[in-house]
Amino acid sequence: MNVALAKTDSGRTLSDTFTLARDRLPGGGKVDELRQQAFESYERIGLPHRRIEDWKYTDLRVLMREVLPLAPEPDPAALARGAAALKLHAIAGVRRLVLVDGAFAPGLSQTANLENGLRIRTLREVLEGGESALQADLFATGNSDPMAALNGAMMTDGVVIEIADDIALPQPLHVVHVASAARPAAMFTRSLLKLGTGASATLVESYIAGEGAKSYQVHDSLIVSIGDGARLEHVRLVEDGGEAFNISSSAITLGAKAHFNTFGLTTGANVSRYQAVIAFAGEGSHVHTNGVNLLNGRQHADSTLFLDHAVPNCESREVFRSVVDDRGHSVFQGRIIVRPDAQKTDAKMMTRALLLSDEAEADNKPELEIFADDVTCGHGATTGALDESLLFYLRARGLSEKEAQALLIQAFVGEAIESIADDGLRELAISAARRWLDARG
Amino acid sequence: MPLLEVKNLQVRVEDREILHGLSLVVNKGEVHAIMGPNGSGKSTLSHVIAGKPGYEVTAGEVLFNGEDLLEMSPDERAAKGVFLAFQYPVEIPGVATMTFLRTALNAQRKARGESEFSTPDFLKKVREVAARLNIPQDMLRRGVNVGFSGGEKKRNEILQMALFEPSLCILDEMDSGLDIDALRIAADGVNALRSSDRAIVVITHYQRLLNYIVPDFVHVMSRGRVVKSGDKQLALELEASGYAQFEDAA
Repeated sequence: MNVALAKTDSGRTLSDTFTLARDRLPGGGKVDELRQQAFESYERIGLPHRRIEDWKYTDLRVLMREVLPLAPEPDPAALARGAAALKLHAIAGVRRLVLVDGAFAPGLSQTANLENGLRIRTLREVLEGGESALQADLFATGNSDPMAALNGAMMTDGVVIEIADDIALPQPLHVVHVASAARPAAMFTRSLLKLGTGASATLVESYIAGEGAKSYQVHDSLIVSIGDGARLEHVRLVEDGGEAFNISSSAITLGAKAHFNTFGLTTGANVSRYQAVIAFAGEGSHVHTNGVNLLNGRQHADSTLFLDHAVPNCESREVFRSVVDDRGHSVFQGRIIVRPDAQKTDAKMMTRALLLSDEAEADNKPELEIFADDVTCGHGATTGALDESLLFYLRARGLSEKEAQALLIQAFVGEAIESIADDGLRELAISAARRWLDARG
Repeated sequence: MPLLEVKNLQVRVEDREILHGLSLVVNKGEVHAIMGPNGSGKSTLSHVIAGKPGYEVTAGEVLFNGEDLLEMSPDERAAKGVFLAFQYPVEIPGVATMTFLRTALNAQRKARGESEFSTPDFLKKVREVAARLNIPQDMLRRGVNVGFSGGEKKRNEILQMALFEPSLCILDEMDSGLDIDALRIAADGVNALRSSDRAIVVITHYQRLLNYIVPDFVHVMSRGRVVKSGDKQLALELEASGYAQFEDAA
């Protein structure tokens, strides 16, 4: 096949990578064509840089420099490292679906005794022999964003989950991305979750690393469609290794009277970007999207959310908190568009950043584009340091400086974490936050 | 050995000297009142003893059980038994009062090498003290001082005092913003803590509070010094004649 010449050295390497990887990428025919289109879209821009407005604060040409070669299929040693890492991040009472180095690991996953109305396949299976409509759905992120396009071109594996109408899934689904990372490599995963009319489910995504994992790249996408009257609770925990890159995109569509509650916590990865497009396609739906970044060292974490109010009578809430220490850099970009027909839209966005050092940085970029006249929209952003008077009060009561800071930081992120409805999952987020605080010493 | 010994303390805030050589001796079992007009340095003294940042001690010393208090961090002072009841207790949204109380108590105990309180013992103790101070249970579940009235905030300070059992309690303008009923409840709470191994220093602008917390000693501060000391009669004299007579003496 012909691959257009890339503009940069790193891009050229990637063309070769793509060519070389073709044999290992599942799907032929139409899928292959879509991959090719996606790769060409990526190549026109290459790694996004600061002159691309959406990527202004996260210049991947500077931060990431190159896309690493596709990770090899995990061997038994890699699977064993993955299994060991899983033990540390196990959640009780969930159905676990594990991807090691970007490949579905059946031995570590729980796919037996599926509840009625629950269907789980791997991305590989669906791309190779699935229904063509479902295959088309898998390209729903489009190619306008270069990293989403690259992910579409290179996607190797993932999980495809379908929940039938009116099924309330009692057990949360836990998709775990483990990097065994014996060598620097990239994984390209993509998953899809389809909730039928009136269905409900909980999805937890974790990104973790095996012991000793060095530099690796996670390139992930998630495509979700939430049917009329359906409800999805979603928790995303990025606890990748300290030298890792995590570039994830998601596309979520809600039908009418649907609910989507999503919470993201980033404590790991050297550089991470989560870009989500959430679209209202039916009236009377609700989205609550909350996030917390806890960063130190030279960590860089970017959350870029786009809420598309295309229809009337929907509500969205965004609460985002970042705590940045050392030379960390937190980015929040929240764009809300209210299209001309979307009357009675109620959209609010609040972001707050807490800077713990003079060199810490937080960028907040709220954008509201409102084309309807009968709407309630608002946004607010604050950035500041810990309140000295509160710190003194706590210290006068016997808390050390670190303890006092930890208590105030927990309180600061608490409002975002409290949004998690499930007690167990909320505890999980709280303990991940606590791990970060404890590591501060 | 005195519990607290302040010797010739001189303190600056930015470029202004607030305390100009203040001396004070407080022994266990005593209740002292420090009175004086606004700006005389009363609150500065309490802040310096508790270790609030932003004050520069240019001369003098503060000894607590013979140890140099000024060398210690605020939390070390708290663990050693220094407690300041704030004039304006801060609100801490998102930190439940119960969590705060337990974290603070256990931090102090840990610093002293004592074991942490067990949950049932802790709860029992808090409930007991809270009931005595008319603090409803739901207040303990709320964020620290969040949405509390002035009286509730002050009662919360006294609750902490009762819980932490400090050997030196400094009450900074405890009466400000309290009506007579709230004042009585707070004062009863303080009086219940009078003991032979504890000293209480009441800082106040008005004599009124001293009807409820009767001091053994009264000191008048003016322009950064103690200008007169006496017994509780001195407070009554002040109420009658005002602070003006001391302005020149300083």
